[in-house]
Amino acid sequence: MKVEPINRTDTGPGNAPAPSARSNGAHVAVRGLTHTYRRSDGPVLSDISFSVEPGEIVALLGRSGCGKSTLLHMVSGLSMPSSGEVLMNGNSVRAPSPRWVMMFQAPSLYPWMSVAQNAALGLRFTQRRYEIATRVPEVLDLVDLGGFADRNAQELSGGQQQRVALARSLAPKPEVLLLDEPFSALDAFTRRNLQQDVRKIARGLGLTLMIVTHDVGEAVRMADRVLVLDANPGRIASDIPISLSDADRNGGNDAFQREHTRLMQTYSDIAQVPGTQA
Amino acid sequence: MSAAADIPQRSPMPGLGRARGAVNALLGIGLLLVLWWIGGEMIARNDDLFAFASFAPAPTLSRLAELVASGAVIDMSLPSLYRVGMGLALAAAIGVPVGIAIGRIAILREITNVPFQFLRMISPLSWMPIAVMAYDTWDGAIIFLIFVAAVWPILFATAAGLRRIDPAWLKVARNLGANPFHMLFVVILPAISVDILTGIRLALGVAWVVLVPAEYLGVTSGLGYAINDARDTLDYASLGATVVIIGVIGFFLDFTLMMAIKKFNWVRSDA
Ligand SMILES: Nc1ncnc2c1ncn2[C@@H]1O[C@H](COP(=O)(O)OP(=O)(O)OP(=O)(O)O)[C@@H](O)[C@H]1O
Ligand SMILES: [Mg+2]
Repeated sequence: MKVEPINRTDTGPGNAPAPSARSNGAHVAVRGLTHTYRRSDGPVLSDISFSVEPGEIVALLGRSGCGKSTLLHMVSGLSMPSSGEVLMNGNSVRAPSPRWVMMFQAPSLYPWMSVAQNAALGLRFTQRRYEIATRVPEVLDLVDLGGFADRNAQELSGGQQQRVALARSLAPKPEVLLLDEPFSALDAFTRRNLQQDVRKIARGLGLTLMIVTHDVGEAVRMADRVLVLDANPGRIASDIPISLSDADRNGGNDAFQREHTRLMQTYSDIAQVPGTQA
Repeated sequence: MSAAADIPQRSPMPGLGRARGAVNALLGIGLLLVLWWIGGEMIARNDDLFAFASFAPAPTLSRLAELVASGAVIDMSLPSLYRVGMGLALAAAIGVPVGIAIGRIAILREITNVPFQFLRMISPLSWMPIAVMAYDTWDGAIIFLIFVAAVWPILFATAAGLRRIDPAWLKVARNLGANPFHMLFVVILPAISVDILTGIRLALGVAWVVLVPAEYLGVTSGLGYAINDARDTLDYASLGATVVIIGVIGFFLDFTLMMAIKKFNWVRSDA
């Protein structure tokens, strides 16, 4: 896998968040966020507060149904919380914006368009058509799909489609990337490649990255810090830094194993004792 | 692995498949002509029916050749094509937006469901007396009847297409800054173009069927009028020729829409 991100900032040591002065990423703050879908079910998320530094990569780890997707949708502005707020660089998020882009489990490409047309959507929607000619080849190169511009989106494999979705998200130069289990439908090998590449790209661009996952390995490979979520109602049960160099994140070494075991321990303690049960 | 093997192919030998299709199509046409000829022979030999003998292939086809040579075929078809075209255009102009609205807005769908299903089941020709009273011109009345026949397939196909749209497509568009104009023209309409065209194709089938009886009334032009006129003047060769013209034009209109559907269809059959 030869991915050469455009290095606008130094990648820095593996575990340190990129310093804000050199980062293109936004500061994300979630303040007292509570959400209830149906009153009879009680709140899905309860009084969640945390912040993410510019350029930091944070994983939200939690069991299925604990409200991870709900939380990420609210950070993106695609839906609004019952109470509490999300701040991007101190400004309240009230609507979705190409400055903080969400990626989903399915690539959700438009099948009637070519790869390049899909990647250009954000620029087209925001009246930046003049950037398309230079920016789209740039992001396709970044995700290692330089030769695929004119292919139909449907002709690509699942992993390649998810790369196109990544290019589509990156084209408008977002400050925050929000990933909702984007690799869970891929085979283990493709998933590893994408995990590495996404971390590398986000680092290279200095993006703030939040990734939702229920895979401990994914959290250890990708994140500088892991927020473990409790279920019923969802709240942050633990905030764990991952101290690994980029080289150690590929797994198969003691440092990785140590972090993995430590996180797994915390995660299973939390996951097995749901908040509302005795 | 040769380079050719990388190119996706629909059938192992597409050339052969196409040739076989053409041969079978010709076979079908031949069969129809034979049945027609047998029918003509039977009519000619029947003492009660022999007056209708010019309905057989030979007199019909020679009259058809005359109609084509003199250009009369164009004079009789154009008014009909105009009425069907206008009726379909109106049906699309109303059916597509309403279909999109009821496909997107659940409450609208629930409110309109029973009335629309009820209206849809009423034969368009039942509106004939009302149409004749409501419109000053025969053309207006006929276009109205065609509209009534054509609007339902378009409306329901559009609504069904809309409900099959992946909600994530809309979420992606919203996230990337799409305004309502983009939503409609970059996402929704391309996504359901095939559904709309399929609706129009169904509508055309119904409209073309309704056209002829609608043109029996009042008007003095068009294919339906030509049929009626030929019957009144006992000119059965012309009657047969007109029937052939109606069939041929209908076939080609349908074929054109089928090709358009093929062109706009973004679903790869082998994906
Ligand atoms: N639109 C909705 N209406 C009502 N309830 C919802 C809605 N969306 C989610 N929920 C409920 O909220 C809870 C959290 O859902 P959410 O999708 O956020 O979980 P998740 O952590 O992302 O799970 P997974 O790992 O399976 O994706 C679930 O109990 C779910 O049933
Ligand atoms: Mg989820």
